[in-house]
Amino acid sequence: MSQGIPSSLVAGRPAAALLVRTRADRRRSLVNSAFQGVALLAAVACVVPLGALVTFVVMNGAGALNLDLLTRPTRALGLGGGAAAAILGSLQIVPIAAVIAAPIGVLAALYTVEFSGRRTATLIRFAADVMVGIPSILIGIFAFALFVLPFHQFNALAGSLALAIIMVPVVMRTTEESLRLVPGSLREASLALGVPMWRTALSVVLRTGLSGVAAGLMLAVARAAGETAPLIFTAFGNQLINVGGLGKPMDALPLFIFVNARQPYEAQNSQAWGAALLLLLFVLAVNVIVRGRAGRRNSR
Amino acid sequence: MTLVAAGLIVVLLAGITIRLAIESAGTWARFGLGFLGGTTWDVVNGVYGALPFVAGTVESSLLALIIAVPLSLLTAIFLAELAPRWLSVPLTFLVELLAAIPSVVVGLWGVFVLSPFLRDTVEKWLVGALGFIPIFSGPAFGIGLFSASVVLAIMIVPTIVSVSREVIVAVPGAQREAMLALGATRWETTRRAVLPYARSGIVGAVILGLGRALGETMAVTMVIGNKDIVPTRVFDQAQTIASKIATTFNEAQVGIQTQSLIALGLVLLAITLALNVIARLLVRQVAGDGGGLASGG
Repeated sequence: MSQGIPSSLVAGRPAAALLVRTRADRRRSLVNSAFQGVALLAAVACVVPLGALVTFVVMNGAGALNLDLLTRPTRALGLGGGAAAAILGSLQIVPIAAVIAAPIGVLAALYTVEFSGRRTATLIRFAADVMVGIPSILIGIFAFALFVLPFHQFNALAGSLALAIIMVPVVMRTTEESLRLVPGSLREASLALGVPMWRTALSVVLRTGLSGVAAGLMLAVARAAGETAPLIFTAFGNQLINVGGLGKPMDALPLFIFVNARQPYEAQNSQAWGAALLLLLFVLAVNVIVRGRAGRRNSR
Repeated sequence: MTLVAAGLIVVLLAGITIRLAIESAGTWARFGLGFLGGTTWDVVNGVYGALPFVAGTVESSLLALIIAVPLSLLTAIFLAELAPRWLSVPLTFLVELLAAIPSVVVGLWGVFVLSPFLRDTVEKWLVGALGFIPIFSGPAFGIGLFSASVVLAIMIVPTIVSVSREVIVAVPGAQREAMLALGATRWETTRRAVLPYARSGIVGAVILGLGRALGETMAVTMVIGNKDIVPTRVFDQAQTIASKIATTFNEAQVGIQTQSLIALGLVLLAITLALNVIARLLVRQVAGDGGGLASGG
């Protein structure tokens, strides 16, 4: 520690020494400037990939993102075709996952924030955090073993369930954060009026924190919409448009991108870029809107 | 009812582990722990070994850490200590936005834009300058371990930055003020008063990043080259556990082949669970219960 303290400050030296810039001081200030410069560069370097990625997806995807891509079903190479099967698939798989995950995540958060003891809450919170860290492809295998193998059939519902498993801990943690911001005086007022705990939790606490809960849910949906790995062995993908056939294979946008990126033909790669642009626009829009709002609320 | 929902999370966590163990039991029974050291993955003769994939996973993730850690720590310090608010708020937002981009989109960009770019620039230069060292020897094709590591680095930077930024912000102001009052510069304050205080949390942030790198699937699958060898050069085409599962699981014969793939998954699960538990405990020590969500996925 001691060598970090400037020599001019060591006890016993006359105060005038403070005003003299020694060579050591100049070196210190130089090191300091270098440090600040390098830190700034690093921060810029972290943002460059984002810029490059968005730029290239827009450049390569803009030409391919047209009405054909949005409305036509998948066709064999050379026949044109589009991503309609994938878009319709994502529009089914993801909302179903959200409908399954939202109540579980929210109820779990209500439990840890409102009802449980501290130790249990810490344990469950910890389990949720660890679960967020499980690679999503392993969730895919789990869903395959549970919901595909017994039925001998890849199916869309298994895909939804896999995504739901990924979403639950995320929804729970964001809900918790917004419920914890609800002032205790509101709870006490409600309880003092004789309202039972469960009604207080639902119609006072959850009601007050609802916008935060919705924001967290939207972020979880955006994340699930981009997940590919858990769908490969569950929803599997499908060249045909599948609406409502939850027991059958179904395509999804991320699967469509993955499959078409691996084809050797430019026409298919180009469709992958178009679909990637569509997915990126959705994910970025949700993130910018939701986080932008949250940021404004926090700064107030 | 809320208890059931909360309990479900714990049950799922246990269920995933148990299920993967059950589904891969055949492989463990046949090869035992030798599965981990086996270098052949021979579907025809039914011989399965995990080493190429374990090696590919560990090597690509460590290389990604080497690239991402210095960059992320400097960025976190910049955002938490140096930047004025009008700059740190939008920059933090942009870095976190990077984490939101779907892995498959990063992979698409990695295949068609990043890896050709790396092949013609960084890799060419590395082969020229350091090619006499065996691990840096050519040829470099763009697609391979190195590109995969760069892609991974890009994907774990947001994790490491946002968790370590939180940890650094949590360091009490008095630590800094005392040091600055002694006449120390920003650098000296950061290095001697802030970083030591935040150390265990930063280590946690790095481990969380490592955990994410190990399990990252789509982007890596698309740029690593999918070749079942134990990579010995940074430009080798290789395969990670996750990419091996992603590319071959659907074509695998139900039986010992599927079981072996799931056994690979169990190995990955064991590593990531252990890392996550350690990392969460470390981060919790410094930043408290809050720093939960930043890990993304």
